[in-house]
Amino acid sequence: MHEELTDQPQAQPLDADIVCTGFGPAVAGFLRTLTQGLQKPEMAGVESKAMPGLPPQIVCYERADDISFGVSGVVTRARAIRNSIPGLDPAEIPLAARVRDEQLIYLLDPWGVTRRPAWMRLADQLCRAFSGVLGVAHEGLALPWVPEFLHKQDGFIFSLGQFNQWVGQQVMMSGLAQIWPATPVASPLIEEDRVAGVRLAADGSEVRAALTVVGDGPVGAVGRQLDGHFGMPAGHRRDEWAVGMKMVIDLPESCTLEEGTVWHTIGFPEPEIFGFLYVHPGRIASAGIFVPSWMDSPVRTSYRYLQHFIQHPYLWRHLKGGRLRSWGAKSLLESGRRGEPFLAGHGYARIGECSGSTNVLTGSGVDEAWLTGTQLAEAVLELLREGKPFTRENLENTYVARRRASWLERESQTAERARNGFQWGLLPGFLGMALAGLTGGRLSLPRPREDRHPKKLADYYAGRLSRSEIERARRRAEAEARPLHDILMDLCGWPPVEYDGQLLVSHQDALLMGGKVQAPADFPDHVVFRSPQLCLQCEAHLCVEICSGEAIRISPENPAGVPAFDREKCVHCGACLWNCPVSNIEFCAAPGGLHSAEN
Amino acid sequence: MPYQIIVCGGLAPDPLQTLEPVFDPARPSLKNELMLPAVFDPWAAHALYEAGHLARQHPGSVVRVVSLAPKAKLQQVMMTVAQKLPLELVALDGPGGGFTDAAAVAAALADAIAAMPDLDRSRLLLFGGWESATRGAGAVMQRVAERLGITEQFLAVDELSVEADGSLLVKERIEGGRHQISRCSSPPVMLAWATGNLPEPPNHPQTGMANMRVIMPALQKAKPVALEPAAEFLRTALPSVIRQTRVVKDVPAAEIAREIAEWIRQ
Repeated sequence: MHEELTDQPQAQPLDADIVCTGFGPAVAGFLRTLTQGLQKPEMAGVESKAMPGLPPQIVCYERADDISFGVSGVVTRARAIRNSIPGLDPAEIPLAARVRDEQLIYLLDPWGVTRRPAWMRLADQLCRAFSGVLGVAHEGLALPWVPEFLHKQDGFIFSLGQFNQWVGQQVMMSGLAQIWPATPVASPLIEEDRVAGVRLAADGSEVRAALTVVGDGPVGAVGRQLDGHFGMPAGHRRDEWAVGMKMVIDLPESCTLEEGTVWHTIGFPEPEIFGFLYVHPGRIASAGIFVPSWMDSPVRTSYRYLQHFIQHPYLWRHLKGGRLRSWGAKSLLESGRRGEPFLAGHGYARIGECSGSTNVLTGSGVDEAWLTGTQLAEAVLELLREGKPFTRENLENTYVARRRASWLERESQTAERARNGFQWGLLPGFLGMALAGLTGGRLSLPRPREDRHPKKLADYYAGRLSRSEIERARRRAEAEARPLHDILMDLCGWPPVEYDGQLLVSHQDALLMGGKVQAPADFPDHVVFRSPQLCLQCEAHLCVEICSGEAIRISPENPAGVPAFDREKCVHCGACLWNCPVSNIEFCAAPGGLHSAEN
Repeated sequence: MPYQIIVCGGLAPDPLQTLEPVFDPARPSLKNELMLPAVFDPWAAHALYEAGHLARQHPGSVVRVVSLAPKAKLQQVMMTVAQKLPLELVALDGPGGGFTDAAAVAAALADAIAAMPDLDRSRLLLFGGWESATRGAGAVMQRVAERLGITEQFLAVDELSVEADGSLLVKERIEGGRHQISRCSSPPVMLAWATGNLPEPPNHPQTGMANMRVIMPALQKAKPVALEPAAEFLRTALPSVIRQTRVVKDVPAAEIAREIAEWIRQ
């Protein structure tokens, strides 16, 4: 054997003018607008301060192995994207299509197993009794209208991964920005009240820059460390989340759904879980669910819910015979504007989902993230042109001022209290959302003093399973190394999933078929349990039950102990981070993660 | 003795992707080929890691990568590859993937190498992958060498070492899990690598930043290459896949072996 390649150069500080963390839609919008702006004649005299004589040095570091990895099917009105790219033809981007037919579907409970409240069971009965009048078919009711605030008319269906790559290629071909994949950023360089750049995880290199653009998503290491250091604005908190889990499916020949079809669903597989189905060009569909943090189940593995969702008769008639093409999961920051951090400070600015741009009322975020990126780029161009430094005041007067004056701010205010009702329960949740949406945010429900947390198992299953049954299930899960959720769902009457080897496959096969995981050997584990003692005291082990890849498991040999983490299965969704009831998980920067062609 | 090491390597769709051939009247291709995540061809990547290692052992050596691929994809892939070891790039902007003709690709690569102004054949080591992840014709490197007049050619190379007298000791993989060991007195020589035995170097952002100062201009100067299809493709199809996967942890090797043997017996 040869010796290992260890004689790499010593890490020296690198100098740039602008350094970005993460390459998602926000940074894509930022870099595209910035690089295009730098090519305009009025910017000809602007040169790099880090490397005088050259154009501004702009680098972007992305954690994933390529810039095309992003786990989301997106339906968006794309107002900001279309504004940036006039005449955008979706045919240029794989899997992109115009929204043609949009519907909101109420899914009945076909098997009588969901945790429906009495009013929803009554609604099911009424739907069935008056099916002919109401047009109920295949256990689903297409509601006669989609509320205006939900509508995506004139919008697009995207694959976020394909869109990112499409934009990324344009940015890099400009020659004015470098996007480095497989290069996670470990932390910001904070010097007193100023951000001076970032530190890379690979070798600890410091990249010093006059401006650090933080767009590393809801669970990004840099954004979370900035929140820890600078705190949050008064009254702002990040405490509402969801796991988004999605399959990309090759539709069977028999499927008659046309490209551009968009279905939003409510009511199944649990009343708290929202679902969607979008049809892309080329007989491909994205189907997925959002499992929100206000669902108070202590066991809520999303994958099995997703399998039952696609088997609902209303969807299954179109999906049966299809093939799993891709699969993935991610955390969504549902706190929206309420979770907005300080948007700018000395030497840094926040954009995208980690800046609270998600519109929680419409459940959309990509176009909003893109808009924040373009607003920051316009601000940066203005400051560069005028030779002004990236101070807090200058960034607030340019970037933050643009954001406050835009439709994003108006809609964020409308949506800010739209989810409050869900803290009280499901019916108040829907009412609160409708109230806020239909009145433009003027009316909304108040928020309870205490946030809603998952119940204890015995309380959650009260009336359905006895304590002894739950205890036996727990022992079985430990012995068989199965998710407890699976066993409890079986006991509650959920039908077994009949694997067909094509679309219905085991969770582990889904990792191999559509969500292939790459775990580099030269990085330490990125999910770390800080205090073993806290894990030993934890009964819930929500980290295990919510894990999107079954990467966190309780070892049969050590059932009460610290969970074991297997990074070869981790899809980097980050759900463990916000579900840990004792805040004992550190989710560090790491490369790798999910490899799927068509996210 | 410092070497001039030239590594020929194209791009391949990330091997972890699900690939689907599509067929149109002009030529077959992969569905959404230009939007698939791509990597430096894994066979050529082994050659590149070996080249980097050899260059460090022989100060003054340079590693040049000659790559024929769509320019936009090449730039994207180079952002990762450039982090691994110091290199220079000669970029050819043309079609990649598995549906190009080996002779045409070899001609384009050889022309690009021959046009290098400071090429010193007495120090030339021509590296490449023995085969390719896109289509294993196993013929490109031999053809490149022939066009450059390099007669010392080694295929399926697993190891190269430089002897004290400057001669090259080459281990080539042959049937039966054995190696054929050859001694070659001096360059120029062509080595088409099999798997090599060096691990993928970790990413080093400092190396990447330094490399990009020469790679970016090279990409901007990439010469367009049109490859005339010499072959007629009649059809393309996915291979039929039979897969029974069970992911297990903590199962003893003996138990796994017993299970596999039982499955084979069935």
